[in-house]
Parts: sequence; structure tokens; C-alpha cells
Amino acid sequence: MIIGEWKPIPELVEMLRGHKKILLVGCATCVAECAAGGEREVETLAPLLRIALETDGNPIEIQTQTLERQCEWEFVEALDAQVPTVDAVLSIACGIGVQALAERFAETPVYPGLNTTALAMREEAGLWTSRCAACGDCVLGVTFGLCPVARCAKSLFNGPCGGTRKDGKCEVDENTDCIWCKIYERAKARGAIDALLQIRKAKNWGNSRHGGPKRILREDLRP
Amino acid sequence: MTTTTLKANSRLERVLAGGHFALTVEVGPPRGANAEPVRKKAAILKGLADGYNVTDNQTAVVRMSSIAAAKLLLEAGCEPIMQMTCRDRNRIAMQSDLLGAAALGLRNCLCLSGDHQGQGASGKLKGHPGAKNVFDVDSIQLVAIVKRMRDEGLQEGGDALTEPVPFFIGAVWTPLSPPEDFRVLRLAKKIEAGADFIQTQAIYDVERFAAAFAKARDMGLAERAAILPGIIVPASAGMLKYMNKNVPGVEVPEALIKRMEQAKDPKAEGARIAVELIEAMRAIPGVKGVHLQAIEAEERLPEIIKAAGLSPRPEVD
Repeated sequence: MIIGEWKPIPELVEMLRGHKKILLVGCATCVAECAAGGEREVETLAPLLRIALETDGNPIEIQTQTLERQCEWEFVEALDAQVPTVDAVLSIACGIGVQALAERFAETPVYPGLNTTALAMREEAGLWTSRCAACGDCVLGVTFGLCPVARCAKSLFNGPCGGTRKDGKCEVDENTDCIWCKIYERAKARGAIDALLQIRKAKNWGNSRHGGPKRILREDLRP
Repeated sequence: MTTTTLKANSRLERVLAGGHFALTVEVGPPRGANAEPVRKKAAILKGLADGYNVTDNQTAVVRMSSIAAAKLLLEAGCEPIMQMTCRDRNRIAMQSDLLGAAALGLRNCLCLSGDHQGQGASGKLKGHPGAKNVFDVDSIQLVAIVKRMRDEGLQEGGDALTEPVPFFIGAVWTPLSPPEDFRVLRLAKKIEAGADFIQTQAIYDVERFAAAFAKARDMGLAERAAILPGIIVPASAGMLKYMNKNVPGVEVPEALIKRMEQAKDPKAEGARIAVELIEAMRAIPGVKGVHLQAIEAEERLPEIIKAAGLSPRPEVD
């Protein structure tokens, strides 16, 4: 899923200053799963924002909505009647949802309430960790199902840097595994260490953001 | 001298080719634009080592560029080992800098991943934790790129260079970081990719290093590349404790920390320990030299180098 976190309330207050009536919109898909932008979070954030804006001397009316998916037009359409009645929209979907609203409602300012941070999974209750970097050239087949692009702080391809802590954690964060330690453990358990001895050549990053905005065109699915 | 064909004809390469025990030291560039601190260090260390490592924004703190500082050292008569990390430049910038460095007369290049920018000076300075890192290629891929530029006269993308780039290629080895049994295999990959010489993370635990080195030697790696164990001169018991706890891959035996704690003159004791470590490394069959550092205390090195019997350096010109 795509994960994100609320922007700090003071930043939101700053963003919304001057508006009198806003629509706070959540998304019931990824960001609901990561407890940042679902219906529950919409209803939690709205009163917090009201208080903060009032304290700031700028009381505003906040209406709330949560769409099934903010990244698909058929769900976004549901807001067609309501958006023209407010001064601005605050979306707590991922950056894709924010852009969908901004495109659909070009006359109305649409602000991001989240910082979108990663493609991740819930590792345990209350803990989400990065899994994919959308690099466009998947190496999971040769790294025993563990991604070094997303999960190594340096995106290394040929084994761990010298910065692995004594307990196998990454030097950048004592709570994050050195993913190359994990890759090695898995290779060892499978009796397949030889697979890690091959030198992985410089990667082609051109099928990701580095090659320009990504576009996939499937003629077979076109009208 | 030797009949071996030299790849880069750096002093370090000639010393190793001549079968001599090599000595490299480290010169950290200043956090300013003044060339004097580099020249001052060069004046202290000139003639005492076969190569002078010039760090590349180590600990992710902005310093004078390793290429510029290396050129200053070269002018001052100290042959530099330019360090190049993968953190700040993509393959285009790195290859361009390699061409420039070669044109300036630099002949040794040490390829590293580089300290993560989130760890600016281990928290002692602000650094630039918000910087975007690059890591377009990793250290092993960089070694392969430099080798291709040198041996095939080709860029990574396949375009031809107008002439090959003569570098004696270095890489690093952290034998005691986990997963320990993979570290020697990763060393093998670096050598397979083209590393001619290897410098290691600081060694204090001689026994553990000797065991790791024996594995490398058994795999033939000590013959394929010259391995130079790293030695950092202890400045105090506190420094050893700090490194043991906080610097990945550095293992300091308790006895050594005690010895520094009990020393009446910790500086002199640190120098004695450094000399003993040099001798211990030299006694390990297959070790081709040492990489000696006294972080921001280069003035301590001449005495240690002399006491270890490593001065004068061999004539290889």
C-alpha cells in the first residue's frame, strides 16, 4: 500500500489561513489501511484542525467526506456537487488522490494534508515499513524476495556496506534491519549463497521516475 | 625493479609490485577553501608513506573536494589516493571527475559507498541530513566502471574514451561487520570487479582479523589484490570505547581499552599500540602493507612510522 503521515497541524493551519469553509477529504484505500487518511482519521483530524484554526484566530467551517478511492474518477465524481460550495479542499489521501481532486476541481484550491512517504506494508500493529521503491527494474528474483532498492539506505546491489551494526541493524537507524543481512540469511538458509556472488552491474534506472514521468500505454485496453 | 606491466604506475603500485611492505596514511581535507592546512599536513608526512588517502566528504560533512585536495598533495610531493564515494554523484559525474582527476595526474582511486548523509559527523556537526543521496551505482559497480575506463577505454554506457584512464583501483573491506562470513565473499566480489588494492576498516582485534584474513588468503584473494589492514592510532580509552560501541565493524578488545585507561601517558601508549598493531599485521603471511591513520593528529604519525621500522620508504622511482 501507499503510506503517509499527517503534515504537522501548524503547517496545515498556515496552509488554510484565509479560507472560511473547507472540505476535508479522506480515502478509504491505502491511507486508511495505514491509519493516516481514512474515515476515522478524517473525523479525528477535523476537530483538531477546528481548534487549531480557532486558536490561530481564523475559525473555519470544516465539512468532511471519505471517498472509497481518491485516485479514480468514478469515485471522485461523488464530490461534484459539494466542492463548488467550499473555498478549498484539504485531502488526506496520498499525492495521487490530491492530484486527482486538483484536476477534477481546477477552480478550487486543493491542499495536501499528508506527506506521502513510501510503498509499504503493515509489519505489525502500528508499524509500517517500506517494501518497494517503484524502481522499474525489479531485482527481487535475485535478492531472495527482499528489496535492496527500497530497504537498504544506500540502495546497494552487491551486498551490505560496512555500516551494519553488531546486531545486524542498519547504521542509519537502530530499529531498521540491514536488509543485506536478511538477504544473506535467506540465501544461506536456502543453500544458495552462490547467487549472491555474481556482480550485479550498474542498474538501468530509466524505467522509473529517472526516465521522466512514467507512462504505461496498453493498446489492447484502449477504447 | 619489476618486469610486471603496471596499470597506473602510481608509487603505491610500484611499491607493491616491487614486493615491498606498503604504507598508506590518511589526510582529511579541511572544511574551508584554504589550501594551507593540506600543505601543512603534506609537509609533516612527505616521504613517509607510499600513498595518502584523501577522503571524500567523510561522515557526510562538506569539505574541500577530494580531487582538489589530492592535487594539492601531489604538488606538495605526496602521491594521493583519491577517495570517491557513490553518495553524492551519479555515474555521469563520477566518470567526468575520474577523467579530470586523471588529467590532473592523480593515479590512485579508492571506491567506496560513502557514509549516509543522515549521519553527518556522527551527530557532532549539523551536516546535511536533508540532502538527496544518489547511489546511482554502488562501490563494486564503481570499481567495475573505473576498471573498464582503464582497461577497455570505455565509459559505463559503452562510449569510447579518447584514451584510457590510468588508475590503480582501491576498495575497502570491513571484515568484522555482520554478516561476518559474507564479508570475505563481498571482498572477493570487489576484487573480481577490479580492485587492485584493499584497505580495511580499523583493526584492533588482531586474532579476529587474522582469522578473517586467513579465509581471504585461502581463497587466493591476498594474491589477487594487495590487502592493507587499517590501523587508527588510539588517542584515548574514551576514543576506543566510542569506536567499539558506535563504529560498525570496529571491534576493540577489552584488554586494549583497559591498557589505555591505565596508561600514565595515553598518547605515548596509543603510539606504542599502533606500532604493535603494525608489527602484528606485518607478521600475518600475505598482508602487503598497512593503512595508518591518526585522525586530525597527523603530527603523531612520523614518530610511529619510524618506531615501526617503516622509514625510510623504499626507492622505487
